[in-house]
Amino acid sequence: MYLTADPIELGALLAMAQSPRHGGVASFLGCVRDHQAGRAVLRLEYSAYNPMAEAECGRIVGEAESKWDCIVALKHRTGTLQIGDVAVAIVAASAHRDEAFAACRYVIEEVKRRVPIWKREVFVDGTVEWVGSGEAGKQGSGEVVGGRSQS
Amino acid sequence: MTAVASTVTIRVLLFASYAELLGSDALDLVLDNPARVRDAVERLRAFPGGDRLPAKPLCALNLTQVEPDTLLRVGDELAVLPPLSGG
Repeated sequence: MYLTADPIELGALLAMAQSPRHGGVASFLGCVRDHQAGRAVLRLEYSAYNPMAEAECGRIVGEAESKWDCIVALKHRTGTLQIGDVAVAIVAASAHRDEAFAACRYVIEEVKRRVPIWKREVFVDGTVEWVGSGEAGKQGSGEVVGGRSQS
Repeated sequence: MTAVASTVTIRVLLFASYAELLGSDALDLVLDNPARVRDAVERLRAFPGGDRLPAKPLCALNLTQVEPDTLLRVGDELAVLPPLSGG
């Protein structure tokens, strides 16, 4: 299971990926930021098309593992997240650092590009917007900028 | 001989901003046979609030991304996906 409604523990992902064969271990955490385009963010709400998101995460992890001979651990949160919470975590372990960094970078970029997950920004001023949906996601009076990303 | 069905009933799933536009996250559509993905989208765009759906939204049929001209079969699950924003 790559999606979780529970807080993500980096230690658990490290334990999943590390092994005596792997001397290079890279990690990436995407955390909830307190601002977006100059506006104060209160929290983020994540939703997903769960069965497709699980399948797509599995494909991405498989691609990274075959491309760089590494082990990848990946978790993505759903539900309501507060400022500082970990939204996505990736650990890539390989024999050497180059492969570990490359795999970690690949996985976060592909997750953002391909996995059906959506986030809604709740701003301190009370407005609420779906990220990336432009006018279709507009609620309240705030400005909407299409195609941007939180982490 | 089995007669060709005159209609195709599919399940449509809507997410995030699109679910809010249409006021629902799941509905059934009965379309004339043969029906393609674009026909289902066109029907959705005629619903109240659906006029703000793009003409060619990202769509997945039974968990796999598809093009607008993909044929629909009885019982298919068509997910209409807003711009992705995970991470």
